[in-house]
Amino acid sequence: MSIQRPYVRSMDGWWKRNAYYTRYMAREVTAVFVAAYAVVLLVGLVRLSQGEAAFNGWLQALKTPLSLVFHLVLFATFVYHTWSWFNIMPLTMPIMFVGGKQVQPGTITGTGLVAAVIACAAVFFIVRRMHP
Amino acid sequence: MKRSNEPIFWSLFGAGGMLAALIGPALVFITGIAVPFALMNPDTMSYTRMLAFSQHWAGKCFAFAVIALFMWHAAHRIAILLHDLGVHAVALVKFCCYGLAFLGTVIAGYTLLALGG
Repeated sequence: MSIQRPYVRSMDGWWKRNAYYTRYMAREVTAVFVAAYAVVLLVGLVRLSQGEAAFNGWLQALKTPLSLVFHLVLFATFVYHTWSWFNIMPLTMPIMFVGGKQVQPGTITGTGLVAAVIACAAVFFIVRRMHP
Repeated sequence: MKRSNEPIFWSLFGAGGMLAALIGPALVFITGIAVPFALMNPDTMSYTRMLAFSQHWAGKCFAFAVIALFMWHAAHRIAILLHDLGVHAVALVKFCCYGLAFLGTVIAGYTLLALGG
């Protein structure tokens, strides 16, 4: 008895087939780095609850060259996340009207990016003001 | 008809993604680059200051929101990413991804409560 298998085209590497898919994949992969950063913070929090020696160990680990490289990669992916998040926002949010006119995609993306720059600057200056 | 649980996970995904998009780069820069490598006051993240931060209700809320929402955001995206890469055990993938986010949320919540204040 022979089993006939229908031809199924391989989907391996489908995301390399065109630039739109590749951008989609790049955007989705940022999630891995967001998770990694959340784990770094969670470990810091747990170490904090275990006392000064434990927490200082976590702080020392942050000062290693490996950690610097890791956080530079994290920083780049977070910036990409910000950019891509607002770039697709015209598609992910409900259509919005202002004064009877539909708000243009470029306006939504631009507003989001400006908001992100302001929010990041605010966090930075609040932290610096508290601990000059 | 069974109601979908998708809106709950999508809301957490959306909230985490928005928070990460708005302040994520600043947080990574401060905690991972500027403070450990003395571009900002290295004392910013000292044990005493971080303890005080985690014992203040606002600090607790902030730390919890960042850790938990980042995890739920990532869990949702990674579950879909695995499906896109050909892992078709959807229920198992979702259980693992959301399960890990849930675990992280519980650990963060428990630790913040245990820190008191």
